[in-house]
Amino acid sequence: MRPIDVIEFSWTALTRHRRRSLLSVLGITVGVASVVVLTAGGEGAQRFVAQEFASLGTNLLMVVPGRNETTGALPGVGGVPNDLTLGDVRAIRRELRGVRLVVPSAIGNDTVANGERRRQVAVVGTTAGFREVRKLQMAAGRFLPANDLERGTAIAVIGSKVARELFGTENPVGRVLRVGGWRMRVVGVVASKGRQLGLDIDDMVMVPVATAMRIFDLSSLGTIYIETHSHADVDLMKKKVLALLAERHGEDDVSVITPDTVLGALNEILVALTLAVAGIGAIALAVAGLGVMNLMLVSVSERTVEVGLLRAIGATRKQVQRLFFVEAVLLSLCGAVIGIGLGWAAVQVFVAFYPEFPASPPAWAVASVLVVALAGGAVFGVLPARRATDLDPVDALSGK
Amino acid sequence: MNDSAAPMIELDEVRRSYLVGEELLYALKGVSVRIQAGEYLAVMGPSGSGKSTLLNILGCLDQPTSGSYRLGNRDVGSLSSEALSEVRRNEIGFVFQSFHLVGRLTAAENIALPMVLASVPEDERRARVADALEAVGLAPRANHRPNQMSGGECQRVAIARSTVMKPRLLLADEPTGNLDSANGAQILRLLESMNAEGLTLIVVTHDPNVGRRSDLVLVLRDGEIVQRVAGRELHPDALLEVPA
Repeated sequence: MRPIDVIEFSWTALTRHRRRSLLSVLGITVGVASVVVLTAGGEGAQRFVAQEFASLGTNLLMVVPGRNETTGALPGVGGVPNDLTLGDVRAIRRELRGVRLVVPSAIGNDTVANGERRRQVAVVGTTAGFREVRKLQMAAGRFLPANDLERGTAIAVIGSKVARELFGTENPVGRVLRVGGWRMRVVGVVASKGRQLGLDIDDMVMVPVATAMRIFDLSSLGTIYIETHSHADVDLMKKKVLALLAERHGEDDVSVITPDTVLGALNEILVALTLAVAGIGAIALAVAGLGVMNLMLVSVSERTVEVGLLRAIGATRKQVQRLFFVEAVLLSLCGAVIGIGLGWAAVQVFVAFYPEFPASPPAWAVASVLVVALAGGAVFGVLPARRATDLDPVDALSGK
Repeated sequence: MNDSAAPMIELDEVRRSYLVGEELLYALKGVSVRIQAGEYLAVMGPSGSGKSTLLNILGCLDQPTSGSYRLGNRDVGSLSSEALSEVRRNEIGFVFQSFHLVGRLTAAENIALPMVLASVPEDERRARVADALEAVGLAPRANHRPNQMSGGECQRVAIARSTVMKPRLLLADEPTGNLDSANGAQILRLLESMNAEGLTLIVVTHDPNVGRRSDLVLVLRDGEIVQRVAGRELHPDALLEVPA
């Protein structure tokens, strides 16, 4: 019997009871789709973070208050850290060789307004180096002035969305912008950039760091960005920064985040996620496989006479076994293919709504889940196929 | 019929027993018969007399508990399961009382089924199916499914299926049992025309009219042959002893 004939014959048996077949593959479909969606999410998260850091460069260190470096994700949790101050910024600039840029950042939220037009936005207090660290382009005007660490002048650089929303088609440069109760002169507009490491650059206002600390009455900076000359310097620089700030603060109370630490932590999460997905997938597919086996057992008992007929007209035991086995595998294959299709479609819908999150099912996950589903179908198809084979042709013909 | 030629079928003291609970029941009790190629044999007898068991053994679907069965030059008892399947596929055709067509397949697909199992090439399959449909007068019904055809048509499809591999032996178990008299007569004529072309035909029947048209009638009772008679000589009184 040619393989194509086996597939065709088994297919006609499945399509005879379409609804029943579809219901039995539903379990496999859901299991496979879940695995596809979850792995796409994990892959998307990894790509998202990698892209974010890639957009900033790999020479960057971020110093944040709080000592919780092991995860690299939630510094500041646990304990009350010392403030991260402009004095620390000056000390790093002064003491550490190999530093290309040291940029402070203090952030708060406030209402910005142009006349009656108001908008709640993030206000970042920083210095001229922020433009280089965040790789920003100017759409109009200029960025914050260099070496303005202490003066706290009343100037602001605004994002493209803030400009559009508050000033419409007018040129904002030179106009006055109210930030909370403060009046600032707009000196520049940053070209559209989108979101970057959690900050929507387009919907943001940048002011001198000292100004921001006054506006928000801050005693501590949120982050100090340090850029080294090369990626090879990052690890050494991290140690130097930690040592310097420990000496200044009298204790280890800051964390230094590098792209590598965040990606490493993310990878750990992804490994855990992958294992969880594998577990969920295995359970779902095992349960679905039982459904397939149940359907096949019902099918064998319903088609006893057919088995008898096949034996009477010359089918060997192996041929009968193969027919039912292929049916089970086809059911699983259909479930897997539909599941992959549905999972992929769900991911596409998600990406359409959140284009900045590059979710995409990894090829290894799709291939693995397909193989596992087929293997499951094969394993759960053995018993029904054997039962069909074991039927005595004479008894089978009489429907016993 | 040539008595001097080696018989196509030779059953020698064939017994078939079944264990039912703790009781050993004999369906056949030492049946011996020789059938020549091209012969037309009717097997008659009351229900439970062993007719179907005999047919199953002749069709290599069942094996004797003791005794020997030679088909052609082969001792069927010594053949493996695979070899028996090959014999059934290539040398034996079956026609059943209830047709046993696969409901989801069309007439043409049902007829092609033995060739599918035998991996006959697609072109040859199509040609043979067309010939078989033509031979049973069902060419226009090729794409109809069993539930779209009458009982007589279904039986003709079953006959086409049973002969599409050009077997030497055709076994028919009550082939007219589920048909009205007109359709039954048509089916018998079809089977007899195939027999006339050289096909060995063995029909299990309750119908005395079928027996009287055969070359030889074996009457079974309680697993034994109680009468062997040429079909045309079958005494009408003897037939009365065979309940319908």
